[in-house]
Amino acid sequence: MNHEELRARLAEMSPVLSPLFSLEFGDAVIGVGRDSLLDTARELRDLGFDRLGMVTAVDRVEFFVMVYRLQSRSLSTAIFVKTKVPRDDTRVASLCEIWPAANWQEREVFDLFGITFDGHPDLRRIMLPDDFEGHPLRKDYDNPNVIRRPDYI
Amino acid sequence: MTLEVESREPIIADDGRTAERLVVNVGPSHPSTHGVGRFIVTLDADVVTDVVPVIGYLHRGIEKMAENRTYLQVVPLTDRLDYVGSMYANWAYCRAVERLAGIRVPERAEYLRVIVCELQRIASHMMGMGASGADTGAFTMFIYAFDVRERVIELFESLCGARLTYNYVRPGGVSRDTPVGWTDAVLAFTSGVRKSLSDMDNLFFGNTIARGRLKGIGVLSAEDAVAWGASGPTARASNVNWDLRKHDPYSVYPRFEFDVVVGERGDAYDRGRVKLLECYESAKIIEQAIAQMPGGIVHTDGLPRLIAPAPGDAYDHIESARGSLGVYLVSDGGPRPYRMKVRSPAFCNLALLPQLAVGHTLSDLVVVLGSLDPVFGEVDR
Repeated sequence: MNHEELRARLAEMSPVLSPLFSLEFGDAVIGVGRDSLLDTARELRDLGFDRLGMVTAVDRVEFFVMVYRLQSRSLSTAIFVKTKVPRDDTRVASLCEIWPAANWQEREVFDLFGITFDGHPDLRRIMLPDDFEGHPLRKDYDNPNVIRRPDYI
Repeated sequence: MTLEVESREPIIADDGRTAERLVVNVGPSHPSTHGVGRFIVTLDADVVTDVVPVIGYLHRGIEKMAENRTYLQVVPLTDRLDYVGSMYANWAYCRAVERLAGIRVPERAEYLRVIVCELQRIASHMMGMGASGADTGAFTMFIYAFDVRERVIELFESLCGARLTYNYVRPGGVSRDTPVGWTDAVLAFTSGVRKSLSDMDNLFFGNTIARGRLKGIGVLSAEDAVAWGASGPTARASNVNWDLRKHDPYSVYPRFEFDVVVGERGDAYDRGRVKLLECYESAKIIEQAIAQMPGGIVHTDGLPRLIAPAPGDAYDHIESARGSLGVYLVSDGGPRPYRMKVRSPAFCNLALLPQLAVGHTLSDLVVVLGSLDPVFGEVDR
């Protein structure tokens, strides 16, 4: 299913999701507010997006963007769900109850970005030791032991 | 890490006998953990009641390191993700860069990528099956598998000079063309490998002891495989017909005839045998690719060493030996990735271990772990 067919399917099936649909750099994207993430995810699951492929975050300095990639075997297409998380309140709903695949991937985002997932069954650090300070993938992470490469380019 | 485990809580059986729950620490450095994975296992007699995987012993922060390197300099880092199948991470990363920067790849390079990745699939599956054999005491299987793996690695060595970290697939093509006589050597390998594969099938998967050790162990239902994001042989063994080469075709895969191997029961036996049968399909693809491969350049002309894509993001994925391996790249317009995320199939598959191992014995935990075939370089990144 290509993006136009997906857009038409969304317009037909879901009046809530269809205005949020856009194309960014050739990918189908649904941009949602943080509060409606869980409802959007449920609706997409009911539409046939049965696999949660990837969960990650991007530090945009002023805010974080949570990026989810959903795949559908029945529709043979994929879609991104993106939501902004403000830097001073890094909380977002956990999708574990919809796709258990979110469990470890959200732990990874919690570990490396410090974003808290409400409703996660087991939110602990996964890569780094429990007593590690800071969240290394944040752009403002600083550690005196890290020597930065000279900016020669 | 700290864990609050009630290790001395007595268990009272129906007949009044008491036992204690035992907490065993497996790993992080132990042959059966297939790398540096640690598992805190709670046992009731010999039956596993809980498994807590503790990962991160091989976390090198490759995603953070990538933010300080140019796009070309990241390619050797991706070798170190899945060090049993370096070609996959090379290719997945390069596909993401090519999508981000709009780089076209010569057709010969696409064919070479397919050939090396299918060779890599055979090599990687040999590692997975051989380790399954060693886990269950069938060390002969390990030796047989490594014989085949060695032949693939020698082919790679003559192609790009490296035996493990190839750095072969580059944005815009591959690093060099084939040496003289290489395709004939590959064809000689594929015609010989079928005999080795059928030997291994009889030796291990037809063996009563191996069947007894593997069948019915760690059964994964198709619903769980989809919900937990399992991919690759782990999902296909549970009868989930999901192979990116077929269902989200990339590169030149639509031009080849091959079947997607699926299992029925989703136990450790099926996960092992699916890997073996996939090697036959890989050999088929390699032969077709060599027959169809055109001549020409193997790297896009005029590609600058410093790639600075326009701001944006791109995700691309390939079917690695372990499942869907994806790379998500964000560019801010500079010469270095603003963010790189590797969607690792081994990481997602390993998350299934606790639910698959509970109810089996400690020695079966090792079998389940081996059948999931995790490579900790890719799990921890």
